[in-house]
Amino acid sequence: MSIEWYLAVSAIVFSLGAVGVMTRRNPLVVLLCLELMLNGGNLALIAFSRMWGNGDGQILAIVVMTVAACEVCIGLGMIVAIYRRHLPIDVDELRELQG
Amino acid sequence: MSAVLFFLAAIGVIAGAIGVVVLRNPFFSVLALVAHLVSLAVLFLLLRSEFVAAVQVVVYAGAVMVLYVFVVAYVGGESDSIGERLRGVGSSQPPQVGSGLRFGGAILGVALLVELLIALIGTGLEATSGYGAGYVPGPKAFGTPAYIGNLLLTRFLLVFELASFLLLIGAVGGVVLARRRGGIGEDEPEVFVALDVPRPLGTGTTVEGVGSRTA
Repeated sequence: MSIEWYLAVSAIVFSLGAVGVMTRRNPLVVLLCLELMLNGGNLALIAFSRMWGNGDGQILAIVVMTVAACEVCIGLGMIVAIYRRHLPIDVDELRELQG
Repeated sequence: MSAVLFFLAAIGVIAGAIGVVVLRNPFFSVLALVAHLVSLAVLFLLLRSEFVAAVQVVVYAGAVMVLYVFVVAYVGGESDSIGERLRGVGSSQPPQVGSGLRFGGAILGVALLVELLIALIGTGLEATSGYGAGYVPGPKAFGTPAYIGNLLLTRFLLVFELASFLLLIGAVGGVVLARRRGGIGEDEPEVFVALDVPRPLGTGTTVEGVGSRTA
Protein backbone atom coordinates (compact mmCIF):
# COMPACT_ATOMS: atom_id res chain seq x y z
CA MET A 1 0.00 0.00 0.00
CA SER A 2 1.25 3.45 -0.73
CA ILE A 3 2.19 5.73 2.14
CA GLU A 4 -0.83 7.98 1.54
CA TRP A 5 -3.21 5.39 2.92
CA TYR A 6 -1.35 5.17 6.20
CA LEU A 7 -1.35 8.95 6.48
CA ALA A 8 -5.09 9.03 5.87
CA VAL A 9 -5.67 6.48 8.63
CA SER A 10 -3.46 8.48 10.98
CA ALA A 11 -5.41 11.68 10.23
CA ILE A 12 -8.71 9.91 10.86
CA VAL A 13 -7.51 8.51 14.18
CA PHE A 14 -6.18 11.89 15.27
CA SER A 15 -9.45 13.62 14.42
CA LEU A 16 -11.50 10.99 16.24
CA GLY A 17 -9.32 11.49 19.29
CA ALA A 18 -9.77 15.26 19.10
CA VAL A 19 -13.55 14.86 18.88
CA GLY A 20 -13.45 12.60 21.93
CA VAL A 21 -11.37 15.08 23.92
CA MET A 22 -13.81 17.85 23.05
CA THR A 23 -17.05 16.00 23.72
CA ARG A 24 -16.53 13.43 26.45
CA ARG A 25 -16.88 14.44 30.08
CA ASN A 26 -15.34 11.52 31.93
CA PRO A 27 -11.62 12.29 32.45
CA LEU A 28 -10.77 8.62 32.02
CA VAL A 29 -12.23 8.68 28.52
CA VAL A 30 -10.55 12.02 27.84
CA LEU A 31 -7.21 10.37 28.66
CA LEU A 32 -8.06 7.48 26.35
CA CYS A 33 -8.83 9.94 23.56
CA LEU A 34 -5.49 11.66 24.19
CA GLU A 35 -3.92 8.26 23.64
CA LEU A 36 -5.78 8.05 20.35
CA MET A 37 -4.32 11.38 19.25
CA LEU A 38 -0.82 10.30 20.22
CA ASN A 39 -1.30 7.06 18.31
CA GLY A 40 -2.37 8.95 15.21
CA GLY A 41 0.83 10.96 15.46
CA ASN A 42 2.83 7.78 15.95
CA LEU A 43 1.38 6.19 12.85
CA ALA A 44 2.28 9.25 10.79
CA LEU A 45 5.81 9.25 12.22
CA ILE A 46 6.33 5.62 11.35
CA ALA A 47 4.83 6.04 7.89
CA PHE A 48 7.23 8.90 7.17
CA SER A 49 10.07 6.86 8.62
CA ARG A 50 9.25 4.10 6.17
CA MET A 51 8.93 6.63 3.38
CA TRP A 52 12.49 7.86 3.77
CA GLY A 53 14.00 4.60 4.99
CA ASN A 54 15.27 6.46 8.03
CA GLY A 55 14.95 5.23 11.61
CA ASP A 56 14.61 8.60 13.29
CA GLY A 57 10.83 8.51 13.06
CA GLN A 58 10.73 5.20 14.88
CA ILE A 59 12.88 6.57 17.68
CA LEU A 60 10.56 9.53 17.95
CA ALA A 61 7.58 7.15 18.07
CA ILE A 62 9.19 5.29 20.97
CA VAL A 63 9.77 8.61 22.76
CA VAL A 64 6.12 9.50 22.18
CA MET A 65 5.14 6.19 23.77
CA THR A 66 7.29 7.05 26.79
CA VAL A 67 5.63 10.43 27.13
CA ALA A 68 2.22 8.78 26.78
CA ALA A 69 3.06 6.34 29.57
CA CYS A 70 4.06 9.25 31.85
CA GLU A 71 0.91 11.13 30.94
CA VAL A 72 -1.21 8.09 31.77
CA CYS A 73 0.57 7.68 35.09
CA ILE A 74 0.05 11.30 36.12
CA GLY A 75 -3.50 11.46 34.76
CA LEU A 76 -4.63 8.30 36.49
CA GLY A 77 -2.97 9.46 39.70
CA MET A 78 -4.96 12.69 39.47
CA ILE A 79 -8.19 10.77 38.86
CA VAL A 80 -7.55 8.58 41.89
CA ALA A 81 -6.82 11.69 43.97
CA ILE A 82 -10.06 13.30 42.75
CA TYR A 83 -11.95 10.15 43.65
CA ARG A 84 -10.40 10.04 47.12
CA ARG A 85 -11.63 13.57 47.83
CA HIS A 86 -15.16 12.58 46.78
CA LEU A 87 -15.23 15.18 44.05
CA PRO A 88 -17.30 14.46 40.96
CA ILE A 89 -15.32 12.71 38.25
CA ASP A 90 -16.46 15.01 35.50
CA VAL A 91 -14.35 17.53 33.64
CA ASP A 92 -17.26 19.94 33.35
CA GLU A 93 -17.63 20.19 37.11
CA LEU A 94 -13.95 20.39 38.04
CA ARG A 95 -13.61 24.02 37.04
CA GLU A 96 -12.09 25.68 40.08
CA LEU A 97 -9.09 26.74 38.00
CA GLN A 98 -11.23 28.20 35.28
CA GLY A 99 -10.84 31.73 36.62
CA MET B 1 -1.88 -9.84 0.50
CA SER B 2 -0.44 -6.74 2.05
CA ALA B 3 -3.38 -4.69 0.78
CA VAL B 4 -5.89 -7.07 2.37
CA LEU B 5 -4.00 -7.00 5.63
CA PHE B 6 -3.79 -3.23 5.49
CA PHE B 7 -7.52 -2.82 5.03
CA LEU B 8 -8.35 -5.31 7.80
CA ALA B 9 -5.98 -3.56 10.20
CA ALA B 10 -7.12 -0.09 9.17
CA ILE B 11 -10.76 -1.04 9.74
CA GLY B 12 -9.77 -2.39 13.15
CA VAL B 13 -7.88 0.81 13.97
CA ILE B 14 -10.72 3.12 12.99
CA ALA B 15 -13.43 0.95 14.56
CA GLY B 16 -11.45 0.84 17.80
CA ALA B 17 -11.05 4.61 17.76
CA ILE B 18 -14.78 5.11 17.15
CA GLY B 19 -15.51 2.69 19.95
CA VAL B 20 -13.33 4.66 22.37
CA VAL B 21 -15.14 7.88 21.55
CA VAL B 22 -18.69 6.55 21.33
CA LEU B 23 -19.08 3.86 23.98
CA ARG B 24 -20.71 5.02 27.20
CA ASN B 25 -19.02 2.65 29.61
CA PRO B 26 -15.33 3.56 30.21
CA PHE B 27 -14.50 -0.11 30.64
CA PHE B 28 -15.66 -0.86 27.11
CA SER B 29 -13.75 2.20 25.93
CA VAL B 30 -10.56 0.72 27.38
CA LEU B 31 -11.24 -2.59 25.65
CA ALA B 32 -11.86 -0.78 22.37
CA LEU B 33 -8.54 1.00 22.80
CA VAL B 34 -6.81 -2.36 23.28
CA ALA B 35 -8.30 -3.59 19.99
CA HIS B 36 -7.21 -0.31 18.38
CA LEU B 37 -3.64 -0.72 19.65
CA VAL B 38 -3.32 -4.30 18.44
CA SER B 39 -4.59 -3.33 14.99
CA LEU B 40 -2.20 -0.40 14.98
CA ALA B 41 0.65 -2.80 15.72
CA VAL B 42 -0.31 -4.70 12.56
CA LEU B 43 -0.04 -1.44 10.60
CA PHE B 44 3.39 -0.85 12.14
CA LEU B 45 4.41 -4.33 11.03
CA LEU B 46 3.26 -3.54 7.50
CA LEU B 47 5.46 -0.45 7.66
CA ARG B 48 8.40 -2.68 8.56
CA SER B 49 8.92 -1.45 12.09
CA GLU B 50 8.91 -4.73 13.95
CA PHE B 51 10.41 -3.40 17.14
CA VAL B 52 7.93 -0.56 17.53
CA ALA B 53 5.06 -2.97 16.85
CA ALA B 54 6.30 -5.34 19.54
CA VAL B 55 6.73 -2.46 22.00
CA GLN B 56 3.25 -1.26 21.13
CA VAL B 57 1.68 -4.61 21.96
CA VAL B 58 3.74 -5.43 25.03
CA VAL B 59 4.03 -2.04 26.70
CA TYR B 60 0.95 -0.21 25.50
CA ALA B 61 -1.70 -2.87 25.10
CA GLY B 62 -0.19 -4.94 27.88
CA ALA B 63 1.00 -2.69 30.69
CA VAL B 64 -0.59 0.73 30.24
CA MET B 65 -4.02 -0.69 29.52
CA VAL B 66 -3.84 -2.85 32.64
CA LEU B 67 -3.26 0.36 34.60
CA TYR B 68 -6.35 1.83 32.94
CA VAL B 69 -8.43 -1.25 33.73
CA PHE B 70 -7.39 -1.10 37.38
CA VAL B 71 -8.30 2.56 37.71
CA VAL B 72 -11.63 2.05 35.93
CA ALA B 73 -12.38 -0.82 38.27
CA TYR B 74 -11.36 1.26 41.30
CA VAL B 75 -13.19 4.43 40.38
CA GLY B 76 -16.16 2.53 39.03
CA GLY B 77 -16.90 2.36 35.36
CA GLU B 78 -20.47 3.57 35.59
CA SER B 79 -20.36 5.56 32.35
CA ASP B 80 -20.86 9.30 32.59
CA SER B 81 -23.11 9.04 35.60
CA ILE B 82 -20.20 8.86 38.02
CA GLY B 83 -20.45 12.59 38.56
CA GLU B 84 -24.13 12.35 39.32
CA ARG B 85 -23.63 9.57 41.80
CA LEU B 86 -21.04 11.51 43.76
CA ARG B 87 -22.77 14.85 43.43
CA GLY B 88 -24.21 16.00 46.69
CA VAL B 89 -27.75 17.18 47.18
CA GLY B 90 -26.95 20.86 47.58
CA SER B 91 -24.32 21.17 44.88
CA SER B 92 -25.02 23.10 41.75
CA GLN B 93 -26.11 21.29 38.67
CA PRO B 94 -23.71 21.45 35.76
CA PRO B 95 -24.60 23.57 32.77
CA GLN B 96 -26.63 21.48 30.42
CA VAL B 97 -24.34 20.45 27.63
CA GLY B 98 -25.79 17.96 25.28
CA SER B 99 -26.38 17.65 21.61
CA GLY B 100 -25.03 21.13 20.91
CA LEU B 101 -21.60 20.20 22.23
CA ARG B 102 -21.64 16.90 20.37
CA PHE B 103 -22.64 18.59 17.14
CA GLY B 104 -20.02 21.30 17.47
CA GLY B 105 -17.38 18.73 18.36
CA ALA B 106 -18.23 16.65 15.33
CA ILE B 107 -18.07 19.70 13.05
CA LEU B 108 -14.71 20.73 14.49
CA GLY B 109 -13.48 17.16 14.11
CA VAL B 110 -14.46 16.98 10.46
CA ALA B 111 -12.81 20.35 9.84
CA LEU B 112 -9.66 19.10 11.55
CA LEU B 113 -9.72 15.92 9.47
CA VAL B 114 -10.03 17.85 6.21
CA GLU B 115 -7.22 20.14 7.22
CA LEU B 116 -4.98 17.24 8.20
CA LEU B 117 -5.71 15.36 4.99
CA ILE B 118 -4.86 18.46 2.96
CA ALA B 119 -1.67 18.92 4.94
CA LEU B 120 -0.57 15.30 4.82
CA ILE B 121 -1.70 14.11 1.42
CA GLY B 122 -2.18 17.27 -0.54
CA THR B 123 1.44 18.27 -0.10
CA GLY B 124 3.70 18.27 -3.06
CA LEU B 125 5.76 15.44 -1.67
CA GLU B 126 6.21 12.94 -4.46
CA ALA B 127 7.16 10.15 -2.13
CA THR B 128 3.86 10.06 -0.26
CA SER B 129 2.28 8.31 -3.19
CA GLY B 130 5.11 5.81 -3.36
CA TYR B 131 5.83 2.65 -1.47
CA GLY B 132 8.66 4.00 0.59
CA ALA B 133 12.38 3.51 0.43
CA GLY B 134 13.93 0.23 -0.49
CA TYR B 135 14.13 -2.51 2.07
CA VAL B 136 16.83 -5.14 2.30
CA PRO B 137 16.07 -7.95 4.74
CA GLY B 138 18.78 -8.89 7.15
CA PRO B 139 19.69 -9.11 10.82
CA LYS B 140 20.36 -5.37 11.01
CA ALA B 141 17.71 -4.23 8.57
CA PHE B 142 15.48 -1.20 8.99
CA GLY B 143 13.26 -1.50 12.05
CA THR B 144 14.82 -4.50 13.71
CA PRO B 145 15.79 -4.35 17.40
CA ALA B 146 19.46 -4.19 16.46
CA TYR B 147 18.83 -1.18 14.24
CA ILE B 148 16.73 0.62 16.85
CA GLY B 149 19.16 -0.19 19.65
CA ASN B 150 22.06 1.05 17.62
CA LEU B 151 20.30 4.35 16.98
CA LEU B 152 19.13 4.71 20.59
CA LEU B 153 22.57 4.21 22.06
CA THR B 154 24.54 6.27 19.60
CA ARG B 155 22.75 9.14 17.92
CA PHE B 156 19.85 9.43 20.34
CA LEU B 157 21.65 8.65 23.59
CA LEU B 158 20.65 11.94 25.21
CA VAL B 159 17.02 11.46 24.17
CA PHE B 160 17.11 7.95 25.58
CA GLU B 161 18.45 9.09 28.94
CA LEU B 162 16.01 11.99 29.12
CA ALA B 163 13.11 9.64 28.38
CA SER B 164 14.17 7.30 31.16
CA PHE B 165 14.42 10.26 33.55
CA LEU B 166 10.99 11.42 32.46
CA LEU B 167 9.62 7.95 33.24
CA LEU B 168 11.16 8.13 36.71
CA ILE B 169 9.57 11.54 37.33
CA GLY B 170 6.25 10.24 36.04
CA ALA B 171 6.31 7.23 38.33
CA VAL B 172 7.18 9.33 41.39
CA GLY B 173 4.53 11.88 40.45
CA GLY B 174 1.89 9.21 40.07
CA VAL B 175 2.65 7.78 43.48
CA VAL B 176 2.67 11.22 45.11
CA LEU B 177 -0.63 12.20 43.49
CA ALA B 178 -2.46 8.98 44.27
CA ARG B 179 -1.18 8.31 47.75
CA ARG B 180 -3.38 8.35 50.80
CA ARG B 181 -3.09 11.69 52.52
CA GLY B 182 -2.66 12.24 56.26
CA GLY B 183 -0.88 9.03 57.09
CA ILE B 184 -2.92 6.15 58.41
CA GLY B 185 -6.56 6.95 58.10
CA GLU B 186 -9.29 6.33 60.62
CA ASP B 187 -10.65 3.48 58.58
CA GLU B 188 -7.59 1.39 59.29
CA PRO B 189 -8.49 -1.78 61.15
CA GLU B 190 -7.47 -1.89 64.78
CA VAL B 191 -4.46 -4.06 65.30
CA PHE B 192 -4.64 -6.25 68.34
CA VAL B 193 -1.49 -5.81 70.35
CA ALA B 194 -0.72 -7.99 73.32
CA LEU B 195 0.53 -5.01 75.39
CA ASP B 196 -2.89 -3.38 75.17
CA VAL B 197 -4.54 -6.15 77.17
CA PRO B 198 -5.73 -4.81 80.54
CA ARG B 199 -3.31 -5.87 83.17
CA PRO B 200 -3.45 -5.71 86.93
CA LEU B 201 -1.68 -2.79 88.57
CA GLY B 202 1.74 -3.12 89.94
CA THR B 203 2.97 -5.86 87.74
CA GLY B 204 6.02 -3.78 87.13
CA THR B 205 6.67 -2.65 83.65
CA THR B 206 8.86 0.16 82.47
CA VAL B 207 5.81 1.97 81.17
CA GLU B 208 4.43 2.27 84.71
CA GLY B 209 7.74 3.54 85.98
CA VAL B 210 7.86 6.30 83.40
CA GLY B 211 4.24 7.09 84.01
CA SER B 212 3.20 7.61 80.49
CA ARG B 213 0.54 4.98 80.76
CA THR B 214 -2.51 5.39 82.97
CA ALA B 215 -3.27 1.89 84.01
